[in-house]
Amino acid sequence: MSLRRPAKDQPESFEFNTSSLEAANVILAKYPEGKQQSAVMALLYIAQKQNNNWIPLAAMKYIAKFLNMPYIKVYEVATFYTMYNLAPVGKYFVQVCTTTPCMIRGANKLVEACKEKISENECELSNDKSCSWMEVECLGACVNAPMMQINDEYYEDLDKQKTLDILDKILNGETPKPGSYRGRVNNEPENNRKTLMDLKNA
Amino acid sequence: MLKDQDRIFQNLYNDKGSDVISSQERGDWVNTKEITDKGRDWIINEIKESQLRGRGGAGFPTGLKWSFAPKEVGSRPHYLVINGDESEPGTCKDRDILRFEPHKLIEGCLIASYAVQAHVCYIYIRGEYFVDGQKLQAAIDEAYEKKLLGKNAAGTGWDLDIYIHYGAGAYICGEETALLESLEGKKGQPRLKPPFPALIGLYGCPTIINNVETIAVVPTILRRGAKWFASLGREKNTGTKIFCISGNVNNPCNVEEEMSIPLKELIEVHAGGVIGGWENLQAVIPGGSSMPLIPKERCETLKMDFDACVEEKSGLGTAGIVVINKDQDIIKCMARIARFYKHESCGQCTPCREGSGWMWRMLERMAKGDATKDEVDMLGDVTNQIAGHTICAFGEGSSWPVQGLLRHFKKEIEKRNNLDPIVQKKNNIPYLVDQHLLDKKNA
Repeated sequence: MSLRRPAKDQPESFEFNTSSLEAANVILAKYPEGKQQSAVMALLYIAQKQNNNWIPLAAMKYIAKFLNMPYIKVYEVATFYTMYNLAPVGKYFVQVCTTTPCMIRGANKLVEACKEKISENECELSNDKSCSWMEVECLGACVNAPMMQINDEYYEDLDKQKTLDILDKILNGETPKPGSYRGRVNNEPENNRKTLMDLKNA
Repeated sequence: MLKDQDRIFQNLYNDKGSDVISSQERGDWVNTKEITDKGRDWIINEIKESQLRGRGGAGFPTGLKWSFAPKEVGSRPHYLVINGDESEPGTCKDRDILRFEPHKLIEGCLIASYAVQAHVCYIYIRGEYFVDGQKLQAAIDEAYEKKLLGKNAAGTGWDLDIYIHYGAGAYICGEETALLESLEGKKGQPRLKPPFPALIGLYGCPTIINNVETIAVVPTILRRGAKWFASLGREKNTGTKIFCISGNVNNPCNVEEEMSIPLKELIEVHAGGVIGGWENLQAVIPGGSSMPLIPKERCETLKMDFDACVEEKSGLGTAGIVVINKDQDIIKCMARIARFYKHESCGQCTPCREGSGWMWRMLERMAKGDATKDEVDMLGDVTNQIAGHTICAFGEGSSWPVQGLLRHFKKEIEKRNNLDPIVQKKNNIPYLVDQHLLDKKNA
């Protein structure tokens, strides 16, 4: 189990803005009547997006009222799932996969790069407060290892130098191009493709 | 090697685009009505005859699972739930289906929903695949626009709505009952079985849960016939499968191949061989991290299917092949997998919650050479006390890789950890029970 605690400094109140409300109502329509509790995960995402990529306790209380469910149930969900950030993270949130398939292809070099460029420890904001990084478990892009995720996008087939370049870009406020950084097409065997060649050459 | 025309996922590498028009050119949505007109029993029988087994890891026969759904819809509606919570280390096949072959999945959902009489289908996608989920959402929107979904979907007379539900980074939600809990807006902690979801599942209603790949191959099987599918591979291990080959190979890739293909052929032909040559191979994890590893000698002849892997005391699992060569420290690799399981345990059952941490800490010490001789046996003991003593299969999944390591690399561990606690009293070996106090930050 992973232990997760909410941040010490919490804002007093939280409310959905108009666009969040709209999105929340679209989500609610997905589930049968009386089962609106199902929407809690999606609503936490909406709150996280609205509140600079982290969820304050006030937002959990707000969502509990919104869905007419006990606050503790929302708190349980928010603390159980690791993608809900309970403390502030950077505007660019870097997650480096270090599980075995990435590890044996050199994910520790990516961690080194993050330490050099962003901060010495994980989950710490960089000097200009724009970035933070953490090690995460398998992100499900094992054939593109080593890889990392920045906000929603995947950056694949990396090495230390490429990671440093990407981190330089985000520290300058640019958004680098997602995908493979060895120029390969999706998940095909690089320079060694033997299947579906008619389609490739067509 | 499988012939190109027998490959189900023609767009695996996105040569053609994933929109509805190009999907139709590849044969999706062409005669959906003709298939459903043949009736529920025909569909379920055909799937049974094709001997399709679930692609999510357990390999349960799909036709059989569908036949568990109640024949008549009672007061409670039926649901179809698609498991796209692909989090098994070494596996990344569903992601490619979600982003490049979404219409195969959507059409499969329609046919499966018709077969099990569900009007609502939820697709549960792991939260990290947000971008790929958006691509699937775009495909669903397209399908609604073309009247392939919604009322009278694709002219079949069946109403179907598909909704995407995103997970939020919990590996355990790939377990079907944990997935249902998560879908109901709770912590993803597995339920006791029975009752099985086919009778009491989502919101207490009959629910059929299938993996993304399982559902995505259904339309092609029904079009080309169960006989064609059953002619590939071997008895009870039929059809094609997407293999994900990662780790120390020259060209890591996803490739669709026939079941029962030799492992060596997969690695040498498609993945460009092991880095440093076949002789440099140390071990292979054949089916995602929870399957025990197989050492090099056995890899020479291993056929990749459910039953052949079980004979090697491993399993095909999700067919996520992780190749580990001799440049890697095998104990460290397994210690990292143990850390993964320690992180992902849901905390419901004590043996798993506590035991996964034990295994990780012991393996970390063994990797450093700090463990004592008798701890090697103790580690085996701990795994036996987890496996089989938990609500869900996570207990087995977390202890099998460690058991695999002990089975094949015990000598290596013993060589590195040769400490005799009585002789070397000066060695500061922490007492195991108090271990958590020493490394608080890992608690």
